[in-house]
Amino acid sequence: MSHHLDDLESRSLYIIREAYARINPLGMLWSIGKDSTAMLWLVRKAFFGRVPFPLILLDTGMEMDEVYAFRDKLAKDWDLDVINHLCPPEEEMDQTLPPATRSAMRKTEGLKTLLAEHQFKGILCGIRRDEQGLRAKERVFSPRSLDGSWDFKDQPPEFWDQYKTEFPEGCHVRVHPILHWTELDIWRYTQKENIPLCDLYFARDGMRYRSLGEKNITKPVPSDADTIEKIIHELETTNTSERAGRSMDKETEDSFEKLRSQGYM
Amino acid sequence: MSNKNAQKLNVVIVGHVDHGKSTLIGRLLHDTNSLEDGKLEDIKSVCARRGVPFEYSFVLDAFQAERDQAVTIDTTQIFFSTDNRDYVIIDAPGHREFLKNMISGAAQADAAVLVVDADEGVKEQTRRHAYMLHLLGMKQIAVAVNKMDKVGYDPKRFDAVSKECAAYLQSIGLQAHFIIPMAARDGDMLAARSDKMQWYKGKTLIEALDSFDISSPLVSKPLRFPIQDVYRFEEKRILVGRVETGVLHVGDTLFFSPTNEKAVVTSIESWPQKSDRVTASAGQSIGITLSEPIFVERGHVASHEDTLPVLSNVFQANIFWLSEKPMKVGNTYRARFGTNEVRVSVQSIDTLVDTQDLGKEENAAQVVKNAVAQITLRSRAIMPIDGYVENTKLGRLVIYEDYDVVGGGLIDMSAYPDQRKSNNPKSKNIYKVSHSVTPDMRAAMFGHYGGIFWLTGLSGSGKSTLAIEVERTIFERGKNIYVLDGDNVRHGLNSDLGFSPEDRTENIRRVGEVAALQANAGIIVLSAFISPYQADRDRARRAAPQHFHEIYVKADLKTCEARDPKGLYKKARSGEIKEFTGIDSPYEPPHNPDLVVDTAKNDVQTCVTQIVDYIEMNVLIDAQKQTKGNLRVLK
Repeated sequence: MSHHLDDLESRSLYIIREAYARINPLGMLWSIGKDSTAMLWLVRKAFFGRVPFPLILLDTGMEMDEVYAFRDKLAKDWDLDVINHLCPPEEEMDQTLPPATRSAMRKTEGLKTLLAEHQFKGILCGIRRDEQGLRAKERVFSPRSLDGSWDFKDQPPEFWDQYKTEFPEGCHVRVHPILHWTELDIWRYTQKENIPLCDLYFARDGMRYRSLGEKNITKPVPSDADTIEKIIHELETTNTSERAGRSMDKETEDSFEKLRSQGYM
Repeated sequence: MSNKNAQKLNVVIVGHVDHGKSTLIGRLLHDTNSLEDGKLEDIKSVCARRGVPFEYSFVLDAFQAERDQAVTIDTTQIFFSTDNRDYVIIDAPGHREFLKNMISGAAQADAAVLVVDADEGVKEQTRRHAYMLHLLGMKQIAVAVNKMDKVGYDPKRFDAVSKECAAYLQSIGLQAHFIIPMAARDGDMLAARSDKMQWYKGKTLIEALDSFDISSPLVSKPLRFPIQDVYRFEEKRILVGRVETGVLHVGDTLFFSPTNEKAVVTSIESWPQKSDRVTASAGQSIGITLSEPIFVERGHVASHEDTLPVLSNVFQANIFWLSEKPMKVGNTYRARFGTNEVRVSVQSIDTLVDTQDLGKEENAAQVVKNAVAQITLRSRAIMPIDGYVENTKLGRLVIYEDYDVVGGGLIDMSAYPDQRKSNNPKSKNIYKVSHSVTPDMRAAMFGHYGGIFWLTGLSGSGKSTLAIEVERTIFERGKNIYVLDGDNVRHGLNSDLGFSPEDRTENIRRVGEVAALQANAGIIVLSAFISPYQADRDRARRAAPQHFHEIYVKADLKTCEARDPKGLYKKARSGEIKEFTGIDSPYEPPHNPDLVVDTAKNDVQTCVTQIVDYIEMNVLIDAQKQTKGNLRVLK
């Protein structure tokens, strides 16, 4: 098992160092969840304890209180450079979108204003292929046009660990260092490396969060798993979707595709 | 979900469009109980809403466009498991238009399933995909003869299609480990056997997959550790990268190519705990420290001294082409091998291969999109290379043009010799002294790095004029710069040489060596020689590749002849001087100069500024730090 995790880790370190060698300036989205916190751990491994670029929280003001508290604690403990970037309000979103999709759109728009403000050429983002069908089709280095949109019908070829790293002025690239990990891999790695986590993942009163989103569009799922061991055991035996608690994915057949093609993570 | 912790086998499903790849995968997930709860119901309702029969392919074809057109556009990966192990299934589009996506998927696979419609048999993309598998180095292949229901489960038809497949695979050097009759939509011969095909006694698809091996890291091959980056913090310098093949130990003497520098591994670094780790093997991303502060940068390759990679600036490759713009003889591209990136030009397209009838065309002029060919590439700089036969990890290249990946292929070094030997000195009793003063230490002392800025151009193009002006400007800014001028050198060091092609070559060789010594001493060298032959300039670059910059001082012959500052053109025209460059001796303009200054179009001051800016960008310590992206030390 640990051999398997070592392989995943080595591949992620390679991708992170490739991004750092090729793309400048670089930033990393840190949603404070388990995936991007594991990714942050990998970044620190890649640079022997350092984090040579800023971390970004796309803040809608709607994250759960525990999430903000965890951000502040880790930022202090690990001496992190965190940009807390406020997303535009929901009133400014396309009002024809279903409510949860509209709410998620705020992050997309927040990312656009962040890029305009900081001129990042590359953004590290902790999505995984096993989360969702569209994310399964992603590239490790995924170029975005000027308006941040994802041209999923014409993605660049990507093979033999050689990535697309050159872009016209104004474009940026999303780099996905943990694209090849599964939810279980993340949990096993978190356990092995003893990576700190937000309490909300652990069951309280028969409920726990399997995926952390904003208050208004994320719900806890029934579970008694109150330790990492129990969570791993639970996941080994379940067939429910990780994003079952995320309402924006399912409002219409293509709501997640609409979000992603316009720049959502 | 899975409860197995072992590694996953990556298997790619390829084949002609509409032969049922996505359906096969959807059904496979269903039959192995790998679909999420509710997924089947989701798809049932989506299909009902769209008024189409139930489609297993919707599991993978997640894009609206894919569902609308019932065709897979991009490759996708999905996890599933059998009783024996975990898998990553890679779905690859079958449509010709999406070959780049097929390759992106298939390049990551340990094994492949080639899906062939029992009714239609082998089609265009069946052949093309099989050929790509061959080019991607795939060895483990199963053929699924699908849609047996369409041919009434007829064993004769199965036999015919099997033979057709096997014959094509064999003709390109591949072998099908299994050929399995199947009706994927109904699940026949996927996980379960089938009543309708009791005549088939071989393995089911799942059994076939379970018998394939996961590609293991190439630990038994010679060590190749391509440098990905160099991090400096505090007093430490860490070389990072991934061990691609072989094993590296603390205490090993590493030999770096193409610089021929040596140093001993003093540690393998780790975080968060300090560890006493002493080995790293193929597949592992590591950071090491060295005993000597030798010059190392991204792209250099570390190996053991008895198993060095070949050094060459010319090689052959079997490539596939993915760009709308055809590859043409004479075009230049960027090629990446491991962490190295070099400019290459296409010297020849030796053989163009028709993937359908395997017909061959010699000495073609171009390679169009989705075609495959054997080509010869030439680079400006000498570089470490492994052929694919010798090293399946590093013997591959990916070709870039402008912003895009435009092709890729496998390197074949069988036709070209190792140039490392020809660079060695004649006498065996010469040992290079290794300096204890490093380039960084010299730079810290002088305020800048050394460098060679090699001006080349016709007589009268303005090399000497520009060199003298640039020297003065940079010297006045407090930097140590020195001009090596053609006429001056010929009065002393090279007074024994004339103007025959041999003497011109020797002249430039000596100047190149002198420039290299000066640059190593931390001096900014500006050389102003016609240096008409590309091969000579390339050799000057090889004397100190880390310092060398080729600057083309461009002016057409007419302009230069009109200027004629030394009256030489007049003498050449009258026959008073023989072998004068541009008149009766050739001038080869640089293929890929680092900088071009056009003295026919711009005035002297503009050209001087252009060169001064370029030099400063390349020798200043701060500028080097920026381009190398040194680690910012956090508060």
